[in-house]
Amino acid sequence: MTAHVDLNGACTLATSSAAHVTLLDPVARFSLRAGDGERAALSKALGITLPGKIGQCARDDSVEILCLGQDEWMILAPKDQSVKIKAACEGIYGDAPHSLTEISDREVAIQITGDKATDLITIGCPRDPDMLPVGEARRTIFDGVSAILWRDGKDEYRLDLWRSFAPHVISLLKTGCSELAAE
Amino acid sequence: MLLIHCPYCDETLPELEFTYGGEAHIARPENPADKTDDEWRDFLFIRTNVKGPHFERWRHSHGCGRFFNAVRDTVSDRFLTTYKADAPRPDLAVLVKNSDVKEPSK
Repeated sequence: MTAHVDLNGACTLATSSAAHVTLLDPVARFSLRAGDGERAALSKALGITLPGKIGQCARDDSVEILCLGQDEWMILAPKDQSVKIKAACEGIYGDAPHSLTEISDREVAIQITGDKATDLITIGCPRDPDMLPVGEARRTIFDGVSAILWRDGKDEYRLDLWRSFAPHVISLLKTGCSELAAE
Repeated sequence: MLLIHCPYCDETLPELEFTYGGEAHIARPENPADKTDDEWRDFLFIRTNVKGPHFERWRHSHGCGRFFNAVRDTVSDRFLTTYKADAPRPDLAVLVKNSDVKEPSK
Protein backbone atom coordinates (compact mmCIF):
# COMPACT_ATOMS: atom_id res chain seq x y z
CA MET A 1 0.00 0.00 0.00
CA THR A 2 1.27 3.46 -0.81
CA ALA A 3 0.69 6.12 1.77
CA HIS A 4 0.73 9.84 1.06
CA VAL A 5 4.21 11.32 1.47
CA ASP A 6 4.98 15.02 1.67
CA LEU A 7 7.83 15.48 -0.83
CA ASN A 8 8.28 19.24 -0.44
CA GLY A 9 11.23 19.41 1.93
CA ALA A 10 13.88 17.44 3.75
CA CYS A 11 12.60 15.02 6.37
CA THR A 12 13.36 11.63 7.87
CA LEU A 13 11.33 8.96 6.12
CA ALA A 14 12.37 5.92 8.09
CA THR A 15 15.01 5.11 10.64
CA SER A 16 16.03 1.94 12.42
CA SER A 17 19.14 0.28 13.77
CA ALA A 18 19.78 -1.05 10.24
CA ALA A 19 19.46 2.04 8.06
CA HIS A 20 18.27 5.61 7.82
CA VAL A 21 16.18 6.85 4.91
CA THR A 22 16.07 10.61 4.49
CA LEU A 23 14.35 12.82 1.96
CA LEU A 24 16.80 15.50 0.80
CA ASP A 25 16.11 19.16 0.08
CA PRO A 26 15.13 20.05 -3.50
CA VAL A 27 18.02 20.88 -5.83
CA ALA A 28 18.23 22.22 -9.37
CA ARG A 29 18.61 19.47 -11.97
CA PHE A 30 19.36 19.78 -15.65
CA SER A 31 19.46 17.20 -18.38
CA LEU A 32 22.21 18.04 -20.85
CA ARG A 33 22.49 16.38 -24.26
CA ALA A 34 25.40 17.21 -26.54
CA GLY A 35 27.67 15.59 -29.08
CA ASP A 36 31.38 14.89 -28.77
CA GLY A 37 32.27 18.09 -30.63
CA GLU A 38 30.47 20.32 -28.11
CA ARG A 39 31.84 18.77 -24.95
CA ALA A 40 34.93 20.95 -24.62
CA ALA A 41 32.99 24.19 -25.04
CA LEU A 42 30.33 23.12 -22.52
CA SER A 43 32.98 22.04 -20.01
CA LYS A 44 34.58 25.45 -20.28
CA ALA A 45 31.29 27.31 -19.94
CA LEU A 46 30.23 25.28 -16.89
CA GLY A 47 33.69 25.36 -15.32
CA ILE A 48 33.69 21.59 -14.82
CA THR A 49 34.98 19.03 -17.30
CA LEU A 50 32.10 16.84 -18.47
CA PRO A 51 33.01 13.27 -17.49
CA GLY A 52 33.44 10.99 -20.49
CA LYS A 53 32.74 7.59 -18.99
CA ILE A 54 29.19 6.48 -18.21
CA GLY A 55 28.63 6.62 -14.45
CA GLN A 56 31.44 9.03 -13.64
CA CYS A 57 30.76 12.16 -11.59
CA ALA A 58 32.64 15.44 -11.68
CA ARG A 59 32.04 18.06 -9.03
CA ASP A 60 33.24 21.32 -7.62
CA ASP A 61 32.07 22.85 -4.33
CA SER A 62 28.43 23.02 -5.27
CA VAL A 63 27.77 21.66 -8.76
CA GLU A 64 27.85 17.98 -9.68
CA ILE A 65 27.82 16.59 -13.23
CA LEU A 66 27.05 12.94 -13.85
CA CYS A 67 27.53 11.15 -17.16
CA LEU A 68 24.40 9.07 -17.83
CA GLY A 69 25.00 8.03 -21.42
CA GLN A 70 27.31 8.62 -24.35
CA ASP A 71 25.77 12.02 -25.04
CA GLU A 72 23.79 12.62 -21.87
CA TRP A 73 24.67 14.32 -18.60
CA MET A 74 22.79 15.30 -15.47
CA ILE A 75 23.75 18.52 -13.73
CA LEU A 76 22.86 18.96 -10.06
CA ALA A 77 23.30 22.28 -8.30
CA PRO A 78 21.86 24.32 -5.46
CA LYS A 79 18.61 26.05 -6.45
CA ASP A 80 20.21 29.51 -6.53
CA GLN A 81 22.76 28.43 -9.18
CA SER A 82 20.12 27.45 -11.70
CA VAL A 83 20.02 30.86 -13.43
CA LYS A 84 23.83 30.90 -13.71
CA ILE A 85 23.96 27.46 -15.34
CA LYS A 86 21.25 28.34 -17.82
CA ALA A 87 23.02 31.59 -18.76
CA ALA A 88 26.40 29.86 -19.14
CA CYS A 89 25.01 27.30 -21.56
CA GLU A 90 22.88 29.82 -23.44
CA GLY A 91 25.98 31.97 -24.00
CA ILE A 92 27.70 29.30 -26.08
CA TYR A 93 24.62 27.87 -27.81
CA GLY A 94 25.51 29.41 -31.17
CA ASP A 95 28.95 27.78 -31.29
CA ALA A 96 28.14 24.59 -29.44
CA PRO A 97 24.52 23.55 -30.03
CA HIS A 98 23.15 21.34 -27.27
CA SER A 99 19.97 20.65 -25.36
CA LEU A 100 19.70 21.81 -21.76
CA THR A 101 16.42 21.01 -20.05
CA GLU A 102 15.54 21.91 -16.51
CA ILE A 103 14.14 18.86 -14.73
CA SER A 104 14.45 20.04 -11.13
CA ASP A 105 10.94 19.08 -10.13
CA ARG A 106 10.83 15.83 -12.07
CA GLU A 107 12.78 13.98 -9.42
CA VAL A 108 13.22 13.80 -5.67
CA ALA A 109 16.38 12.70 -3.90
CA ILE A 110 16.52 10.18 -1.08
CA GLN A 111 19.56 9.41 1.01
CA ILE A 112 20.12 5.95 2.48
CA THR A 113 22.76 5.47 5.15
CA GLY A 114 23.49 3.01 7.92
CA ASP A 115 25.21 -0.35 8.44
CA LYS A 116 22.73 -2.19 6.24
CA ALA A 117 22.29 0.51 3.60
CA THR A 118 23.63 -1.84 0.93
CA ASP A 119 21.19 -4.58 1.97
CA LEU A 120 18.36 -2.07 1.78
CA ILE A 121 19.36 -1.12 -1.78
CA THR A 122 19.26 -4.77 -2.85
CA ILE A 123 15.55 -5.13 -2.00
CA GLY A 124 14.68 -3.13 -5.13
CA CYS A 125 17.80 -2.88 -7.26
CA PRO A 126 18.81 -5.95 -9.32
CA ARG A 127 22.40 -4.72 -9.69
CA ASP A 128 25.16 -5.74 -7.34
CA PRO A 129 25.76 -2.52 -5.36
CA ASP A 130 29.30 -3.69 -4.57
CA MET A 131 30.13 -3.29 -8.26
CA LEU A 132 29.41 0.45 -7.94
CA PRO A 133 32.58 2.29 -6.87
CA VAL A 134 32.32 4.99 -4.21
CA GLY A 135 31.95 8.40 -5.85
CA GLU A 136 30.21 7.08 -8.97
CA ALA A 137 26.57 6.71 -9.94
CA ARG A 138 24.47 4.74 -12.40
CA ARG A 139 21.02 4.98 -13.87
CA THR A 140 19.31 1.73 -13.04
CA ILE A 141 15.96 0.36 -11.97
CA PHE A 142 14.45 0.13 -8.47
CA ASP A 143 11.46 -2.17 -8.17
CA GLY A 144 10.33 -1.35 -11.69
CA VAL A 145 11.03 2.36 -11.37
CA SER A 146 13.82 4.10 -13.29
CA ALA A 147 16.24 5.55 -10.75
CA ILE A 148 19.70 7.05 -10.47
CA LEU A 149 21.80 5.50 -7.75
CA TRP A 150 24.84 7.29 -6.32
CA ARG A 151 27.31 5.68 -4.01
CA ASP A 152 28.59 8.57 -1.89
CA GLY A 153 30.33 6.35 0.65
CA LYS A 154 30.69 2.70 1.58
CA ASP A 155 27.36 2.77 3.44
CA GLU A 156 25.94 5.92 1.95
CA TYR A 157 23.70 5.98 -1.11
CA ARG A 158 21.61 8.57 -2.84
CA LEU A 159 18.63 7.70 -4.98
CA ASP A 160 17.01 10.06 -7.49
CA LEU A 161 13.47 8.99 -8.32
CA TRP A 162 10.77 10.40 -10.52
CA ARG A 163 8.42 12.27 -8.21
CA SER A 164 5.27 10.34 -9.06
CA PHE A 165 6.97 6.99 -8.36
CA ALA A 166 8.57 8.16 -5.11
CA PRO A 167 5.71 7.19 -2.72
CA HIS A 168 5.89 3.60 -4.01
CA VAL A 169 9.65 3.34 -3.47
CA ILE A 170 9.51 5.15 -0.13
CA SER A 171 6.92 2.73 1.23
CA LEU A 172 9.12 -0.16 0.11
CA LEU A 173 12.19 1.39 1.77
CA LYS A 174 10.20 1.96 4.99
CA THR A 175 9.21 -1.70 5.11
CA GLY A 176 12.76 -2.82 4.31
CA CYS A 177 14.24 -0.50 6.90
CA SER A 178 12.19 -2.02 9.74
CA GLU A 179 12.53 -5.59 8.47
CA LEU A 180 16.33 -5.37 8.29
CA ALA A 181 16.38 -4.09 11.87
CA ALA A 182 14.24 -7.04 12.99
CA GLU A 183 16.61 -9.63 11.46
CA MET B 1 17.80 -13.77 -14.65
CA LEU B 2 19.91 -13.15 -17.76
CA LEU B 3 23.07 -11.08 -17.41
CA ILE B 4 23.66 -8.90 -20.45
CA HIS B 5 26.84 -7.05 -21.34
CA CYS B 6 26.16 -3.49 -22.47
CA PRO B 7 28.89 -2.52 -24.98
CA TYR B 8 28.43 1.18 -24.21
CA CYS B 9 28.55 0.96 -20.39
CA ASP B 10 31.04 -1.92 -20.61
CA GLU B 11 29.34 -3.68 -17.70
CA THR B 12 27.47 -6.95 -17.40
CA LEU B 13 24.10 -6.12 -15.94
CA PRO B 14 20.78 -7.73 -15.03
CA GLU B 15 18.20 -8.28 -17.75
CA LEU B 16 15.69 -6.03 -15.91
CA GLU B 17 17.56 -2.94 -17.10
CA PHE B 18 17.15 -3.94 -20.77
CA THR B 19 14.36 -4.20 -23.30
CA TYR B 20 14.27 -6.48 -26.30
CA GLY B 21 14.21 -4.79 -29.70
CA GLY B 22 13.52 -7.55 -32.24
CA GLU B 23 15.77 -8.95 -34.94
CA ALA B 24 18.92 -6.99 -35.82
CA HIS B 25 20.43 -5.98 -39.18
CA ILE B 26 17.10 -5.37 -40.92
CA ALA B 27 17.78 -2.50 -43.28
CA ARG B 28 14.89 -0.29 -44.33
CA PRO B 29 14.70 -0.12 -48.14
CA GLU B 30 16.16 3.11 -49.54
CA ASN B 31 13.02 3.79 -51.49
CA PRO B 32 9.95 1.91 -50.19
CA ALA B 33 7.89 3.02 -53.22
CA ASP B 34 10.06 0.77 -55.44
CA LYS B 35 9.09 -2.31 -53.47
CA THR B 36 6.27 -4.64 -54.34
CA ASP B 37 3.61 -5.34 -51.73
CA ASP B 38 5.16 -8.73 -51.01
CA GLU B 39 8.64 -7.28 -50.53
CA TRP B 40 7.25 -4.59 -48.25
CA ARG B 41 5.34 -7.20 -46.25
CA ASP B 42 8.54 -9.24 -45.89
CA PHE B 43 10.44 -6.18 -44.68
CA LEU B 44 7.77 -5.31 -42.14
CA PHE B 45 6.75 -8.66 -40.77
CA ILE B 46 8.76 -11.64 -41.94
CA ARG B 47 11.56 -12.58 -39.56
CA THR B 48 13.98 -15.50 -39.57
CA ASN B 49 12.77 -16.98 -36.26
CA VAL B 50 15.91 -19.07 -35.89
CA LYS B 51 16.36 -21.91 -33.50
CA GLY B 52 19.89 -21.28 -32.22
CA PRO B 53 22.11 -18.18 -32.42
CA HIS B 54 19.95 -15.19 -33.23
CA PHE B 55 21.10 -11.66 -34.14
CA GLU B 56 18.89 -9.30 -32.21
CA ARG B 57 18.64 -5.77 -30.90
CA TRP B 58 18.48 -4.81 -27.25
CA ARG B 59 18.16 -1.45 -25.57
CA HIS B 60 19.73 -0.53 -22.27
CA SER B 61 16.57 1.38 -21.41
CA HIS B 62 17.20 1.76 -17.66
CA GLY B 63 20.84 2.71 -18.13
CA CYS B 64 22.61 4.50 -20.93
CA GLY B 65 19.50 4.32 -23.15
CA ARG B 66 21.39 2.97 -26.17
CA PHE B 67 20.35 0.33 -28.66
CA PHE B 68 22.97 -2.34 -29.33
CA ASN B 69 23.10 -5.74 -31.03
CA ALA B 70 23.51 -9.15 -29.50
CA VAL B 71 23.81 -12.76 -30.57
CA ARG B 72 21.70 -14.95 -28.30
CA ASP B 73 21.06 -18.65 -28.58
CA THR B 74 17.27 -18.95 -28.60
CA VAL B 75 17.44 -22.50 -27.24
CA SER B 76 19.72 -21.97 -24.26
CA ASP B 77 19.15 -18.20 -23.85
CA ARG B 78 22.92 -17.81 -23.73
CA PHE B 79 24.45 -14.62 -25.08
CA LEU B 80 27.37 -15.32 -27.43
CA THR B 81 28.31 -11.67 -27.77
CA THR B 82 27.00 -8.12 -27.72
CA TYR B 83 28.34 -5.31 -29.91
CA LYS B 84 27.68 -1.66 -30.68
CA ALA B 85 24.84 -0.81 -33.03
CA ASP B 86 27.11 0.50 -35.79
CA ALA B 87 29.56 -2.42 -35.60
CA PRO B 88 29.56 -5.00 -38.42
CA ARG B 89 27.80 -8.32 -37.97
CA PRO B 90 30.26 -10.68 -36.24
CA ASP B 91 31.22 -13.95 -37.90
CA LEU B 92 28.82 -16.54 -36.52
CA ALA B 93 31.15 -19.45 -37.32
CA VAL B 94 33.85 -17.96 -35.07
CA LEU B 95 31.36 -17.21 -32.29
CA VAL B 96 29.94 -20.70 -32.39
CA LYS B 97 33.39 -22.24 -32.52
CA ASN B 98 34.36 -20.30 -29.41
CA SER B 99 31.38 -21.68 -27.54
CA ASP B 100 29.76 -25.07 -27.39
CA VAL B 101 26.51 -23.97 -29.06
CA LYS B 102 25.30 -25.76 -32.19
CA GLU B 103 24.92 -24.11 -35.62
CA PRO B 104 21.38 -22.86 -36.33
CA SER B 105 19.13 -25.46 -37.88
CA LYS B 106 18.47 -24.49 -41.49
